Amino acid sequence: MRRALFLLPVALFLVLAAYFGLALTSGRDPHELPSAMIDKPAPAFTLAGLDGTPGLARASLGGQVAIVNFFASWCIPCRIEHPLLMRLSETLSVPVYGIAYKDRPEDAQQFLAQLGDPYGRVGLDESGRVGIDFGVYGVPETYVIDKAGRIRLRHVGPLTAEAVSNELAPLVKMLGRS
Amino acid sequence: MRRRAFLLAALAAPLTARAVEPAEMLSDPKLEARARAIGRELRCLVCQNESIDDSGAGLAHDLRVLLRERIAAGDSDAQATQYIVNRYGQFVLLKPPVEPATWALWFGPPALLALAALGTVLFLRRRRPEAMGAPAPLDEAERQRIAQLLGEGDA
Repeated sequence: MRRALFLLPVALFLVLAAYFGLALTSGRDPHELPSAMIDKPAPAFTLAGLDGTPGLARASLGGQVAIVNFFASWCIPCRIEHPLLMRLSETLSVPVYGIAYKDRPEDAQQFLAQLGDPYGRVGLDESGRVGIDFGVYGVPETYVIDKAGRIRLRHVGPLTAEAVSNELAPLVKMLGRS
Repeated sequence: MRRRAFLLAALAAPLTARAVEPAEMLSDPKLEARARAIGRELRCLVCQNESIDDSGAGLAHDLRVLLRERIAAGDSDAQATQYIVNRYGQFVLLKPPVEPATWALWFGPPALLALAALGTVLFLRRRRPEAMGAPAPLDEAERQRIAQLLGEGDA
């Protein structure tokens, strides 16, 4: 009994060490925050579009699975994920919409002219308010919205081929069926 | 005297320096004070260990402006805080709320300390001499042996 009592701190230490060890080796980035908006309805918004194009509004998402990508011309990681978005817009059967986060219209326009436009529609969020309503804390962020208009997935940071094939594409397929 | 007052004020200035910009502030000092108090308790999502009041990040600026809009629109402190928590989750609260999910966080360390204190007290009490009891009195054989040893010295 007394020996067990003396072993208690050792046991506590081992439990803590295992916990920290698991967290360190899981490869999870602690700066990536879980979204508070998962399974909640996407916020209402109405955004103006780029030159002459219709903008983007909550209503234009309606009734179908959609991908919403927050980007900005000033954001370097956005350029990294851009080719992947181009491919997504061709291979996935669902629309990909863009929201230009705190960007000037002419800059966003140039960004898309230069790198190609993967988006079915683009909305301009110059104040960043729509971003805040979505819980965006840095671009790029990508959201999957289901047929009922609820946010089902948030990806923080540039999309990667693994994130697309492991999470995004299967989810989109699953949501498309239901 | 005025120079000294000025110097003191200048020395104290860095202590109150915050990232809040004059253009963001509300004209009503009462409302502004409330916004400051709330802003100090909200985490900047970009820097993650600074409050939005301290952080120079763009998002922190946007959240400060948003917070002031909510307060000017008549939100209570709790409502304004909840508005931001709804969007960013409880992680934005620099001080996590006390609820069953955070009991281990709030009460874990004091509980461990109390456990350690209890262990120390028990350990020390057991080591105290009176706890070991008085030594048993000498029996007859031992007494004779002592007398013999003492007697040998006299001879």
